[in-house]
Amino acid sequence: MSEYSIKAEGLTKVFNGSLVAVDHIDFSVKNGEIFGFLGPNGAGKTTTINMLITVLKPTEGKASILGYDIAKQNNEVRYSIGVVPQEYTADEDLTGYENILLCADLYGISRKISTKRAADLLKLVELTAFKDKKVQTFSGGMRRRLELACGLINRPKVLFLDEPTLGLDVQTRAATWNYIKMLKKEFGMTLFMTTHYLEEADALCDRIAIIDHGKIIVVGTPTELKDSLGGDIITVAIKKDVDITGLVEKLEHVKEVKKENGSYMIKSENGEVTAPLIIEALRKEGHVVTRLSLTKPTLNEVYLQYTGKSMRDAEESGDSLHAKRMMMARRRH
Amino acid sequence: MSENNNISKSKLHGLWALTNRELKKWYKAPTVFILTLIQPVIWLGLLGNALNIGSLFSSSSFTPPTLTPPLTPTQAMQLGQYFQGLQNEIMGSTFGTTSYISFMAVGMIAFTALFTTMFSGMSVVWDRRLGFLNKALSTPVSRAVIILSKVLSATLRSMFQAAIILIIAVPLGFQFGAAFTPINILGVFAFLFLICLGLSSMFIAINIRSTRIETPMAVMNLLNLPLTFASSAFFPIERMPEWLQAVATVNPLSYTMNGMRQLLINPTINYSDLALQYAYVGIFAAVLTTIGIVLSWRFLNK
Repeated sequence: MSEYSIKAEGLTKVFNGSLVAVDHIDFSVKNGEIFGFLGPNGAGKTTTINMLITVLKPTEGKASILGYDIAKQNNEVRYSIGVVPQEYTADEDLTGYENILLCADLYGISRKISTKRAADLLKLVELTAFKDKKVQTFSGGMRRRLELACGLINRPKVLFLDEPTLGLDVQTRAATWNYIKMLKKEFGMTLFMTTHYLEEADALCDRIAIIDHGKIIVVGTPTELKDSLGGDIITVAIKKDVDITGLVEKLEHVKEVKKENGSYMIKSENGEVTAPLIIEALRKEGHVVTRLSLTKPTLNEVYLQYTGKSMRDAEESGDSLHAKRMMMARRRH
Repeated sequence: MSENNNISKSKLHGLWALTNRELKKWYKAPTVFILTLIQPVIWLGLLGNALNIGSLFSSSSFTPPTLTPPLTPTQAMQLGQYFQGLQNEIMGSTFGTTSYISFMAVGMIAFTALFTTMFSGMSVVWDRRLGFLNKALSTPVSRAVIILSKVLSATLRSMFQAAIILIIAVPLGFQFGAAFTPINILGVFAFLFLICLGLSSMFIAINIRSTRIETPMAVMNLLNLPLTFASSAFFPIERMPEWLQAVATVNPLSYTMNGMRQLLINPTINYSDLALQYAYVGIFAAVLTTIGIVLSWRFLNK
């Protein structure tokens, strides 16, 4: 088997002949990797997922999952993937247990096996005590967990998670992170997730792709992406008003020195190592350091660097907008 | 960790699961279930009796006219019987039965089928809005099964409700025709099965594209009235104004109702008419189911 679970080449989706939602994207996801898809609203994240999970047909290009072509072998793809959608798709009038069995039936899993798997999965997502309650009575977190259980019923090799922690409280979000880590560790599952939360992508994902306006702008590990910004920022202030730019620039790791409002902004790799070197070099020349701070770039800076700071009011597709409104309405109860 | 050996690869897997999902929403929700039972009682009890055309000139409300020389009691009785006979004949030739409530009850059965299929067509909008449709589309369940399950659940519900209407109509005065045998009930269900198949496929095809519930509501309201009143639900087609007749004679609901009336309440069965009625409803079902499934299929494979 190939080392890649998901491969996309020139994948493109055009709606109504003119609206380019996804524009010739290429990427690949290694086996057992957690791959994060980041981007502003309307960037093409959900459209990409919908193509990969065979709900939408690509207009151009191709993609394969576990070697199966998403357009030509869509049935094989469907058998080997699991999907945890953004919306709460479980039927409110049915119980949690009935919902899981319904999902199992959609995969044609025999009742003998599905009842056993359902029991295991309910235990995994800690819903066993509520399995015979109607989903109507479930909280947002419980519903999210139920969706996860449904997505795992066919024991997928690749799991797709669309905004898995959207609208969850801190506790449930932490629990969801643990489930995701466990799926990778225990079952060697490949996970493809989209998210808006950068700290989530940083904590979970092995690699991240940032997508905007239907194009992938950058792909890399969280560390690579953060390093691509040019390293940490050390801010230094000294007592006397003399220019130390030349002095600092000569030091190892230092990339750029800028004087701003009486203090110096120093861009450097390995800030923890460079900062003591700076203090020492300055002291040798008789300067007194009055203030020093070290800032590590977060994915926030990376994200804003690549996608710009302007707010996105891009038109969302009617479907997802409605789903979101419904979710908001439900959460109010 | 995947074990595919216990997986059914049949093209129709999931059909019963999805159909049962729809049915459970109905029979597991006590309010909805009871309301669907009460609805036909209200229709029959209220409308059936209020519009009871037969009672307008029944012999009990008949007062003998004052004639010179005055009628003897025997003559008055004979005259009363004569009018009763006249009434039965008029009713019989117009409605095919002497009891209007029987005529209307059959209309009610078809009417309920229309409503049930309409609402089941709308449920596809909810499935889309709540993301269930996308979820189902990402599983190996066949696209045709997703649509067929809606059609099938609407059909089963309508058949159940038809049986309830018949049971309720009997104490309200429903009279089976002379040609009725219990076997005919099967024929009635065959009519219902065909009409529901056609109607629900049509409504699903209309609704599957919309993301808002308002659009289908408006469309349903528009279709609902002409389909009901330009049919033989309340009145036989032959007595309608010509323009209405034109609509009513192509309305598949009229054929369904007339066919069911033959089987249930008419004194004799005209088999060539019955064959025509089955053929018409059958072709309607075949054409609309094909169109509905092809349209929905194409949409789901976007």
